[in-house]
Amino acid sequence: MPDASRRARLLSVLKTVTSQPLPSDDEESLFESGLLDSFALPDLVSALEQEFSIKVPDRDLNPRKFDSIARMEAYLEDHAG
Amino acid sequence: MPAFLHAFGMHLPERVVTNREIAARVGRTAEWIEGASGIRARRWAAAETSVADLAVAAARDCLTRAGIAASALGLILVASGSARPGFPGPAAEVAAQLGLETTPALDVPMASAGSLFAMAMAAQMTGRFGDVLVIGAEKMSAVIESGPLDPNTAMLFGDGAGAALVSERPGRWEILDTVLHSDGQFRDALAFDWSAPLRMHGLSVILQAARKMPSAIEEVLARQNVAAAEVAIFLLHQANQNLLVRVAKSLGVPAERVYSNVGRYGNTSSASLLIAAAEWSQANSTTRGPVIFCAFGAGFHWGALLARGT
Repeated sequence: MPDASRRARLLSVLKTVTSQPLPSDDEESLFESGLLDSFALPDLVSALEQEFSIKVPDRDLNPRKFDSIARMEAYLEDHAG
Repeated sequence: MPAFLHAFGMHLPERVVTNREIAARVGRTAEWIEGASGIRARRWAAAETSVADLAVAAARDCLTRAGIAASALGLILVASGSARPGFPGPAAEVAAQLGLETTPALDVPMASAGSLFAMAMAAQMTGRFGDVLVIGAEKMSAVIESGPLDPNTAMLFGDGAGAALVSERPGRWEILDTVLHSDGQFRDALAFDWSAPLRMHGLSVILQAARKMPSAIEEVLARQNVAAAEVAIFLLHQANQNLLVRVAKSLGVPAERVYSNVGRYGNTSSASLLIAAAEWSQANSTTRGPVIFCAFGAGFHWGALLARGT
């Protein structure tokens, strides 16, 4: 079930890390659109860990899991309690 | 059994390949390459120069600085991810070029993290074999020229070699501890086998390296109860300037505390750690205090080594 609070916190983290307007399409690749690059991604993961009090294990450090707003929401739904 | 680092050596080919030369071949600008990687130039060896040739030049420099003859060595370890496939690997040729006929010489066929792993092994083996010469030697230009030039990787790599003498005899730096790790789950993220161009999934590699390098450093420092702020210099695999800065940030130390020569030499894979050590040690002959060595490479393999000036 979608969690409005979690989504708002996710979007807030994303805006802080990217410093750019976010796409309207949750499925849009943030890497292909240029919002995230290889050096912003570690910052994003660290920021998500801090915001949601989670530890992303190394086996989950797969860019595909963080490629879009939808994928990040799905990840947080499974791991952020 | 204590182990000590006595001296470092290095060798770089004379030919300087600038970003402008690479840019023309990969459809990028020189400025874009520098912005993405911090790299301004790299060295490429001549076509007839082998990985073993580069290794021997660095070995001779290291032996001269250590003040010992090759005949005094008990073991040679040669780390390289860019030696031609097949057998024997470059270690046998290195030993032969150094005039050795019976000294054991072992290949460590690992990219980027090879010299760190070899140093850690040498620290354990010196009690049994005597003085161990560790060499990291790479001809990455042969890797990137082995097929069509890939714009994403061709700009990154350079050739060169570094060497370190590890001995149980007291020397300039005592090796206090090492941590080594491997995780094959991501082995396809960075791979090369001469049948196809180098494959590198940059997002995965940077994401993993940005986590694992600081983590390994923190692990070895915690085991020896040393704070990151106490470390005199962090000598890291020179992959990308942005990664070096990020590791410093993760550790909470000034970026200047992380040695960098990636701008001048590019990423020389397993040679880079020892080239950095050689340059730093030659410019800082009196520096004391803890020194961290850290590398991350294809596999993934990664780790850190803590030494202290004596």
